[in-house]
Amino acid sequence: MSVLLVNVGGLISIGLIVWWFWLSKPRARKVQADRPIEIIVENGVYTPPRIEVPAGKPVTLRFIRKDPSPCAEKVLFDDFGISGDLPVGKPYDISFTPQEPGEHEFTCQMRMYRGSLVVRTADS
Amino acid sequence: MSAQAHAVAEKTDTHRLSIAGMTCAGCVANVENALNGVPGVTAAAVNFAEHTATVTGDVDPKTLVQAVVDAGYEAAEMRGPQDEAEKEAAEFAHYRRLLRQAVVAALVGVPLYLGSLAGLLPELSTVGGQVFWLLAGGATLFVLVYAGGHFFTGAWKAFLNHGANMDTLIALGTGSAWMYSMLVAVFPDIVPSLARHAYFEAAAIIIALINFGSALEMRARGKTSEAIRRLIGLQPKTARVVRNGKELDVPLEEVGLEETLRVRPGEKIPVDGVIIDGHSSVDESMLTGEPLPVEKAIGDEVVGGTLNKTGTFLFQTKHVGGDTVLAQIIEMVRTAQNSKPAIGRLADKISAVFVPTVLIIAVITFLAWFNLGPEPRISYMLVTTMTVLIIACPCALGLATPISVMVGVGRAAGYGILIRNGEALQQAGRLTTVVLDKTGTITQGRPTVTSLVPAPGWDEQRLLALAASVETGSEHPLAEAVVAAAKEKKLSSPTAQGFEAIAGHGVRATVEGVPVLFGNDKLMRDAGIDVGGLAQRAAELAAAAATPMYLARAGQVAGIVAVADPIKPDSRSAVERLQAIGLKVAMVTGDNRATAEAVARQVGVDEVMAEVLPQHKSEKIVELQRKGEIVGMVGDGINDAPALAQADVGFAIGTGTDVAIESADITLMRGSLHGVADAVAISKATVRNIKQNLFGAFIYNTLGIPVAAGMLYPFFGLLLNPMIAGAAMAMSSVTVVSNANRLRWLKLGKQGA
Repeated sequence: MSVLLVNVGGLISIGLIVWWFWLSKPRARKVQADRPIEIIVENGVYTPPRIEVPAGKPVTLRFIRKDPSPCAEKVLFDDFGISGDLPVGKPYDISFTPQEPGEHEFTCQMRMYRGSLVVRTADS
Repeated sequence: MSAQAHAVAEKTDTHRLSIAGMTCAGCVANVENALNGVPGVTAAAVNFAEHTATVTGDVDPKTLVQAVVDAGYEAAEMRGPQDEAEKEAAEFAHYRRLLRQAVVAALVGVPLYLGSLAGLLPELSTVGGQVFWLLAGGATLFVLVYAGGHFFTGAWKAFLNHGANMDTLIALGTGSAWMYSMLVAVFPDIVPSLARHAYFEAAAIIIALINFGSALEMRARGKTSEAIRRLIGLQPKTARVVRNGKELDVPLEEVGLEETLRVRPGEKIPVDGVIIDGHSSVDESMLTGEPLPVEKAIGDEVVGGTLNKTGTFLFQTKHVGGDTVLAQIIEMVRTAQNSKPAIGRLADKISAVFVPTVLIIAVITFLAWFNLGPEPRISYMLVTTMTVLIIACPCALGLATPISVMVGVGRAAGYGILIRNGEALQQAGRLTTVVLDKTGTITQGRPTVTSLVPAPGWDEQRLLALAASVETGSEHPLAEAVVAAAKEKKLSSPTAQGFEAIAGHGVRATVEGVPVLFGNDKLMRDAGIDVGGLAQRAAELAAAAATPMYLARAGQVAGIVAVADPIKPDSRSAVERLQAIGLKVAMVTGDNRATAEAVARQVGVDEVMAEVLPQHKSEKIVELQRKGEIVGMVGDGINDAPALAQADVGFAIGTGTDVAIESADITLMRGSLHGVADAVAISKATVRNIKQNLFGAFIYNTLGIPVAAGMLYPFFGLLLNPMIAGAAMAMSSVTVVSNANRLRWLKLGKQGA
């Protein structure tokens, strides 16, 4: 009986790992694009990690890095070819106009910090 | 897509602009209106005396500059040198904290470990032993909170965001070791007697090792950004300004446009400008890689960050703040260092799924030992699962590419080679053909008079003087060479009238009432002038890569003036170097075939494409690409911009001060073609380094994880100690960073030769 319980428990935890880390996404924070969006860089995560913005409108992301470890130093938007060196404790702005709808990831250099910018077309 | 990224001014957003072109007090209102019209500006005040504007508001300074420019003035943001000291202090503090945490964790972990090795620690089954182990558990908890707290908060925060990272693995590994050990310490009877073992020392030592590894990695990483630090360090902090006849030292951010600055021998030139008084020789090697000092006189441009050697001079500022060449170089190097070549994509894909995959493997390991493992099962399950979690190192994989790109791009900048992005860095090493533009690339791009062949009854001086009078009004580069040659010989040229250019042939004018023609043989033929024996000489000159031009006065030929664009002294050795590494070298030019062939012979290129109009150069590149060649195109970046853009890698050469050439993937600050070979060498070394890193990181994880899971146990009875796994994990990213750092010592052949 206990053998079965442990095995089933193990399989369920595998299922939970797959579901939690891969199949589900954190809720996107919708933001008004006319104001800089503040993103805190601390403890291995961008807060908020998912940001929804309308396509074709300029956005400003204001990164505030609180983590002094070198992992947090860079932020890269591979899809847009944008990068920035974040100073510790000081805000750093990245401004651009996302055109292509879809989900665009932004990460640190080693991809441990991960966030995503969800670009929505105006009508959807 | 245009994007801006910049640090935000810390207080409220206050921007200082230097404004040029304000001639009257009335302009103040114009500029203020323009600035106030920018959305987001709350206040704008122009100081007419200082020619500055202070603007407050949440607004991008570039928009402000544009608004002023649109209003018809010039503007630049005033900014001081970037301060790296603050960043370094923060990093050093972090480094110290990591070391302190490592030491505290080791102080708890190491005595426990040594004690149990020596058999000095009490058994868990006794009451005294239980008290001892509960105390040890408390000490370890302190270690986990004080030295390992960041792993746990990081793991938790990431978990809430549906993410998992290195923190997740370490927190799970050490956390489960502690929980199990506490459970055993409190209720020893729930596990078989053989399994009554606490793993507090493992948890503490793993935390110590990983913090120590992070500290080492941080140290090594500091070195990877050395190139940027060096560039930033080139900016002096102050400048000596001449205002109202008085000289005073002011901070760099106070220097505006069109100010007069004095630079004395041995001083750094603070910003970009043009010399208005005095002359000197300037060492520009820090930016261009060109070792020889450059002579500068009135009218010459000087670049901020370069070193004045011998003379004192005054210059007028042209670019300040973020607009200077140096600031642009820093920006470009930074951007390139953060970009990633295609080679890194696979690693990115893997590291994106890495940690959850390892978690699944850990669960499978746990189940496998539970179902198949020997007794004491519970101990084996714990140890193997913990070891899998600890040994997996996503960092090494994630770091492998970017860290090498960072060092490689930085190293290139030290040689005056600015690489736009990681893609260009990777492609440069894969080139099979290099196409060189002739003028300004192989040659110096400054035609000079090389021979004078007077007809009977003429002498060289009269010939040159007359040619110069006809050409004085012309803007053709060949004409400039003739006029310059006459000026150099201090010949006085009579004034010409009725100047008329005959496209593609030459010019016609009247000098002292007599018609004069100056141009090619076709011009002479059309005018019915017999050049006689000079035709032979003209052919010889053309064969030696010069352009012969006939001068005729009153229908009689007076002689030949030959102009040639001298070949750069090191072009030949650079071409040989490119050929030696297996590249086919071709030359493309708009010149006639004879001249082109002559130059080609002198520098030894493999293929000549002559008489190619500038707009057709890119078609030649396409032809080569259709044949399967990976083509690098080297040119000045202005006339041949389409060809540069079409090529797989476009090199802009010897642009000196213009670094922001959009069409170029790689900008060579030094005029020498050796820069191309250097760039290829750096590219190859960097890509090799990336491959080593990726290979190492892949092998480490693909071997380490199965061994940690106990795959070798059924065959050799071998299990990995979780502390060894911690050490391996801590060292793997240090190794990757150190390997990338080796690129800093990369030596290039023929540097500066």
